[in-house]
Amino acid sequence: MNEVIVAIGSVSILGLVLAAMLTVASKLMAVKVDERVPAIRALLPGANCGACGYAGCDGYAEALHKGGVKPNLCTPGGDTVSTAVSTLLGLAFEDVVEQVAVVQCRGNYSATHDKMDYQGISSCAAASLLFSGRSACPFGCLGLGDCADICPSGAICLENGVARVISSKCTGCGLCVKRCPKALIEIIPDTATVAVACKSTQKGAVVRKTCTNGCIACLRCEKECPEGAIKVENNLAHIDYAKCTHCGRCAKVCPTGCIVLGDFSSVHNTAIG
Amino acid sequence: MKELIIILMSAVLVNNYVLQRFLGICPFLGVSKKLDQAVGMSIAVIFVMLIATAVTWPIQIYLLDNNGLGYLQTIVFILVIAALVQLLEIALKKFLPSLHKALGVYLPLITTNCAVLGVTILNIDAHYTFVQALVNALGSGLGFLLAMVLFSGVRSRLEASDNIPEAFKGIPITLIAAAITSVSFFGFVGVVENMFA
Repeated sequence: MNEVIVAIGSVSILGLVLAAMLTVASKLMAVKVDERVPAIRALLPGANCGACGYAGCDGYAEALHKGGVKPNLCTPGGDTVSTAVSTLLGLAFEDVVEQVAVVQCRGNYSATHDKMDYQGISSCAAASLLFSGRSACPFGCLGLGDCADICPSGAICLENGVARVISSKCTGCGLCVKRCPKALIEIIPDTATVAVACKSTQKGAVVRKTCTNGCIACLRCEKECPEGAIKVENNLAHIDYAKCTHCGRCAKVCPTGCIVLGDFSSVHNTAIG
Repeated sequence: MKELIIILMSAVLVNNYVLQRFLGICPFLGVSKKLDQAVGMSIAVIFVMLIATAVTWPIQIYLLDNNGLGYLQTIVFILVIAALVQLLEIALKKFLPSLHKALGVYLPLITTNCAVLGVTILNIDAHYTFVQALVNALGSGLGFLLAMVLFSGVRSRLEASDNIPEAFKGIPITLIAAAITSVSFFGFVGVVENMFA
């Protein structure tokens, strides 16, 4: 009988000692998990696009929590996210310059012609490796839709052999920019009203032969612009959006229509939800 | 010293816990799919085996044996190891967050792993001294690491292979591969005993 009591007693004491030890330890060494990191993370869109410059939304949430980081880096989230994050962290609100992607090519099937009958892998990355693609213009859009595949918002469609960004759906995350093997997609402020839709740096005469919608570097836009916001460099017009006053005169004088006039409002500034 | 080396080498190669004693088969089959996971799990096992041995050996010798309670060994060891791993996790979270992150979920997973319990009990059965017991625990952990790393290599090739017959896909072929790996370790029998001969 005595043995039973000793056995029960010693195991019970051992259990109690261990339980007490664990209780004390969990109280003494409790680590406070900051509740703000998951809270910030919940406010971010969760697209993990990397537009903020951090490794996904988790990385940006941690950086925001540590401090010294502006709350307006999330372009896909726009002002809504910026407001929510700055309220949560007690920071001054900073306006997000919403951005939008534009495809800088209008070389569709009616404007340019093919130099080959491409029947390989249906991906721009593969096609561009073969004599820089089917199009007669070596800078032109291949129209196989690598950008449309990667777009998380379904904002890119293919029209007549050329990709086109539907601005009202675009969040400006820039994933398509990295994907395009021709580097044809550019991120511009969504307040813009004009955009250059050509990326060819070939001489005007060569462009004339390959595409009716290309920039021929005639310099008429540069001369027409009252603000000096357009510069033709390397046979291609460039718009400085910081100087542009949205007068739209450049688009009117452009003989090939490669400067496009339009509404580039991104998803953030489009009334239709 | 020679004796310790023999204990270490035989724990790694001859009496490999996974491949010869068939303990710890659950993590061996469960987390051997990817190399980094296999290594993480194995390091956690080495860690826990060492700490568990360091604690259970004195308990057996000074507490249980002195009071004639040797038959309570299994239940007391399970209790102590489980509490110990919990304590360890709390402490790591506080003082070494990076290590805690690296060991991750594996630490609580091996709380009641049979390989850990096996090492502590077999140390007592073999009448090892404290130092010998620790060396044996280290060797067993390293043996576990070796088996996991080798087998994760085998697994990744199995995953990529498309020549496996339909009926053998998944667990069956994994078990067959484990058996063949185990057989290969029989080649080490006799090596360690004659290492210093």
